[in-house]
Amino acid sequence: MTEAASPPNPARRRLLMAAPLVVAGGAGVAFWRMLSGMRQGSFDPHDIHAPALDRPVPDFALPGLPPAQGFGAADLRALKAPVLVNFFASWCIPCVAEMPQLNALKDRLPIWGIAYKDKPAEAQGFVRRAGNPYARIASDLSGMTAIDWGVSGVPESFLIGPGGIIRWHSAAALDEATARRTLLPLAASLRS
Amino acid sequence: MTAAMRRLAAMLATVLALAVGLAPLAAIAVDDPSEMLSDPAQEARAEAIGAQLRCLVCQNESIEDSSAGLARDLRHVVREHVARGESNRQIMDWMVDRYGNFIRLKPPLTIGTVLLWLMPVLALLVGGVVAFLSFRRARGTGPAPLSDDERARLTDLTRPR
Repeated sequence: MTEAASPPNPARRRLLMAAPLVVAGGAGVAFWRMLSGMRQGSFDPHDIHAPALDRPVPDFALPGLPPAQGFGAADLRALKAPVLVNFFASWCIPCVAEMPQLNALKDRLPIWGIAYKDKPAEAQGFVRRAGNPYARIASDLSGMTAIDWGVSGVPESFLIGPGGIIRWHSAAALDEATARRTLLPLAASLRS
Repeated sequence: MTAAMRRLAAMLATVLALAVGLAPLAAIAVDDPSEMLSDPAQEARAEAIGAQLRCLVCQNESIEDSSAGLARDLRHVVREHVARGESNRQIMDWMVDRYGNFIRLKPPLTIGTVLLWLMPVLALLVGGVVAFLSFRRARGTGPAPLSDDERARLTDLTRPR
């Protein structure tokens, strides 16, 4: 063994010095990509679980939130054109924030709402104040239907294609960019 | 004791009193006795399953530890299924079917998680190799003996002046 006796190898020394920099640089690039993805909507840390995608909607039948008509799995499976199913609640702040977007969307894509764990009177008041973007509203008082859909919090939206297949999912409040870039083109492709 | 110190002591006492006073409340929020199954064996099974399930709202707590509404609902679902006599495997599959593997606090061994599971073994191997190499180097011949020139220089440098 002569290695210890030999003077420090400059190439090896440079390599050792560079290794932490390379690791830190790599981590920095990955973190930057995550952050920019979050801003552009291509990466959502809350959306890493979406087993419902490309599956038929789960079995359920919910009463309506008067005066709106309720709906169930049978209604969604009978669909010929796409519909956006939106879980909301009067006690949810991001739901308030996404209402203008839903109202802007409702003429281009029908929206069916599901009131999640909300007292009917309060859900009705919320919908009235928000200008009602929903064509139908069902009431999921126990929250058990939401669990079957894999909902972890409100608001959550699902694009349902013809035949009741879940085609797209978002666990965040809908914004204008997501609607324009992703949701509406996808809905248009499902219509043809 | 200065006034500032006295104020600080009073503040600390208040925080402590609040923490001690509120602790039982927090425990009740998570552990409402009416949620529990009457059969202790079934309840223990339900708790063991719940401890393996992630609360999707808080993400790093199990549903047994969390007081979020969804965690309470999922605890209730687990107990319903246990009471119905379903196996742990069936209940876990029911959850994964809805929320994906993300709901499992202990992820299954798949291609995507191989690195995660093998990391301890890898770390041990790398550590072993590093330790082996440095031990071997330490046991080596040590520094080469000084040459005549060097010895002369050393005597010169250490000579008392």
